[in-house]
Amino acid sequence: MSRKSGSGIAGNRWAQAPVFAALGDRTRLSLVAKLSVGQPCSISQLTGGSKLTRQAITKHLRVLEGAGIVHGVRAGREKLFEFDPEPVEEIRKYLDLVSERWDQALARLKSLVED
Amino acid sequence: MNDRIEKRIELKAPVFRVWRALTDHREFGEWFRVKLDGPFMPGQVSRGHITYPGYEHVKWEAVVQKMETERLFSFTWHPYSIDPETDYSKETPTLVEFKLEKTASGTLLLLTESGFDKVPSPRRLEAFRRNEGGWTEQMKNIESHVAQKR
Repeated sequence: MSRKSGSGIAGNRWAQAPVFAALGDRTRLSLVAKLSVGQPCSISQLTGGSKLTRQAITKHLRVLEGAGIVHGVRAGREKLFEFDPEPVEEIRKYLDLVSERWDQALARLKSLVED
Repeated sequence: MNDRIEKRIELKAPVFRVWRALTDHREFGEWFRVKLDGPFMPGQVSRGHITYPGYEHVKWEAVVQKMETERLFSFTWHPYSIDPETDYSKETPTLVEFKLEKTASGTLLLLTESGFDKVPSPRRLEAFRRNEGGWTEQMKNIESHVAQKR
């Protein structure tokens, strides 16, 4: 786990902002896809090439920000948005952990019923 | 993003045998490593204690949802609720479902655990941190135990 998530404040940052819900939307997923491969983007850059209005994009970015997946950074007069992989990574690790535990339990179940 | 865990496992045992291992509270306890206070009843809270070495002080609690004989067994619970200081009851639980299907060689068991989107983030971190200590060691023990049995 990386440094930030260990502290209480950083952990609580996403406590009430489910990452799954934030990613459960096609527009937001496409925004994350854009941000995750490149440099931080402004709202205008993110709106360009999209059918959505600036307002709509802003609203989606706020949801992503709330879940800690995207952070706003100041660049002069402009606000840019950058991707933070940590919340997604954290969920993946957690699910791997629970999944591994099921594998172990099911292996014990198997030996119990097949004996 | 997937918020569920799915497992499929082929068991060389008849459906009635697998059903008993899942729903008889003593047999369930044996493979799940928990000592339960009493039988499973739909709609009822099931309580007990973890028997996993090093976690014996940890309470086990689940709410039995469905028991459709030899077809479906399900319960809700709070995975990794191992901190005695924390009240987990206000959190949305995950749903665990075991579905059974008869096959030519025995039984196909489908396990689903869903609802991870509602597990609060600090809890996930806590589980991960704890795992770095005891669980990893325990899993190795089980692996070698299972391997020896084969």
